[in-house]
Amino acid sequence: MVPEEKLAAVSAVQNVTAHSHREKHFSDRLFFWFLRASGLGVLALLLSIGIFLFRASQPAIEYFGWNFLSSQNWDPVAKDFGALAVVFGTVVSSVLAMLIATPMSIGVALFLNELAPRSVARLAGFLVEMLAAIPSVVYGLWGFFLLAPWMRSTVQPFLGEYFGFDFFPIFLGPPYGVGMLTAGVILSIMVTPTVSSICREVFKAVPRANREAALALGATRWESMKVSVLRASRVGIVGAVILGLGRALGETMAVTMVIGNRTEISSSLFAPAQSMASIIASEYPEAAEKLHLAALAEIGLLLFGVTFVMNAIARLFVWQVKRRVKG
Amino acid sequence: MNSVQLHEYMSRTHQRRKWVDRWMSGLLFLAALAALVPLFSVLGYVIWNGAGYLNWDFFSKLPKPVGENGGGMANALAGTCTLVATASLIGVPWGVAAGVFLSEYGDGKLGTIVRFATDMLASVPSIVIGLFVYTLVVVPMGGFSAMAGGVALAIIMIPIVARSTEEIVRLVPVHIREAGLALGVSRWKVILRIVLRGCVSGITTGVMLAVARVAGETAPLLLTSLNNQYWNLGITGPIASLPVQIYSYAISPFDEWHGLAWAGALLLVLMVFVVNVLARLVFGTGGSGRD
Repeated sequence: MVPEEKLAAVSAVQNVTAHSHREKHFSDRLFFWFLRASGLGVLALLLSIGIFLFRASQPAIEYFGWNFLSSQNWDPVAKDFGALAVVFGTVVSSVLAMLIATPMSIGVALFLNELAPRSVARLAGFLVEMLAAIPSVVYGLWGFFLLAPWMRSTVQPFLGEYFGFDFFPIFLGPPYGVGMLTAGVILSIMVTPTVSSICREVFKAVPRANREAALALGATRWESMKVSVLRASRVGIVGAVILGLGRALGETMAVTMVIGNRTEISSSLFAPAQSMASIIASEYPEAAEKLHLAALAEIGLLLFGVTFVMNAIARLFVWQVKRRVKG
Repeated sequence: MNSVQLHEYMSRTHQRRKWVDRWMSGLLFLAALAALVPLFSVLGYVIWNGAGYLNWDFFSKLPKPVGENGGGMANALAGTCTLVATASLIGVPWGVAAGVFLSEYGDGKLGTIVRFATDMLASVPSIVIGLFVYTLVVVPMGGFSAMAGGVALAIIMIPIVARSTEEIVRLVPVHIREAGLALGVSRWKVILRIVLRGCVSGITTGVMLAVARVAGETAPLLLTSLNNQYWNLGITGPIASLPVQIYSYAISPFDEWHGLAWAGALLLVLMVFVVNVLARLVFGTGGSGRD
């Protein structure tokens, strides 16, 4: 963007002008403080989310302690709450989503950046972005009425017949349609645009000369992509995947509508399950019991913590790539 | 290995490498194609199932009770407008100011921290923001309200608007600021009258994308503005909204309501599509609004 020296020169000029006007221009300072307050306000918002959620979940934290994390009971009637089942649901559905979305997104990004003619890349890039802009509830509607029935009638019987092993029972059991697998598939569709657009940025950061060098040594186009683009982008790709994972963990509406909303751990991916986000969406508006509300708030606090850490790590990875390119 | 053998070996590997190249190119093409299948499937079904219900009644009538045919989503449409307007009143000025802070004063340590916080706020799951606003607004006010829904949507808007504003304001060349300052214009006037004046269309585009994004948000509204079967004027009571109405109709057992849910989804998708196309026309690159 702006060269360093120039910025330095400008800020020097600004410092001089600012200094000589400081006494005169009270309005300047007022404006600066206004802007600064709104910037700090964003920080305050972020911090208060953590504080308020912590306070709201205080009763559950005091009552259950660490057992909250290791218990898989979720029984609002008996007032017995544990987060293990929903943490399991969130982790499995998100990992499933990333297993599908990662190769897909890398493929999309490579095709659009390296192979497709410019006009095709522009149009397809726009369409992929549209995929990210469609509201979650619309995906939920589509998943509930089309994807889930299709999974029940076609995909799950097929997987059950050919991959339903007793020693590895993830594809065993009756095909419900709604359940963990369907949630994973719909999440993979929803995170693909995010992951592929970051991958595209990362691939763009690889200098053109690297590709040309590989081609000049006699590499085919695929070999050149593999050697020059993919290998140089490993860190960035990992960052993109973690960012996608962070998004998948917190996705609510589409998951709530297709995951089946049954709070228990099952070895089968066909079985209905529940995620952290979906249990909040489906139970919070109707919960009246104080402990129930607090337990749901604690799940929200956990979700906040986990997505925060994921996103912080991912940003570090992606920043590293960008800084290396700039420097 | 004599030269004939070497030649044979080379041409064999060459053949193989060419095959791999062709297959991988085909695979990458298929990946791109497969990624777009859901988009066309969603668009196709939303139009197929929803277009028939998108008539005058949909825009003008209240929902009918269970068992009666007809009815529309007029109150939900009005509710979404109220919520988005409330959210924009809070979120747009705050977001633009934070964005200007980041671009004009954001090169130091504080800028880095605020930028990081903005990114993190953008990635907080919307359901968590709903929970936060529940404890912040709904509990003290003693009930679900349009106000709470608006605040939740505003918190989602702020980081989106801030980052798009920062990006756009940074595009203004430094020498324009220098020229203003050299003429002795004070800095706040340079920013407001010179720098921002050139960015109005860009900032508006970012705001439009943020509006399109929050208009489809459902999860935080379930915990803040809830739903309402009737008209609600005023922002202190629960209010209906298009996304929440789509959700509650979708999980209902009635075909008629499913049709209305599809029609609502069609409307949302149309809006998102139009805003994104406009953004692309105005701004060139466009964006999804979703980070």
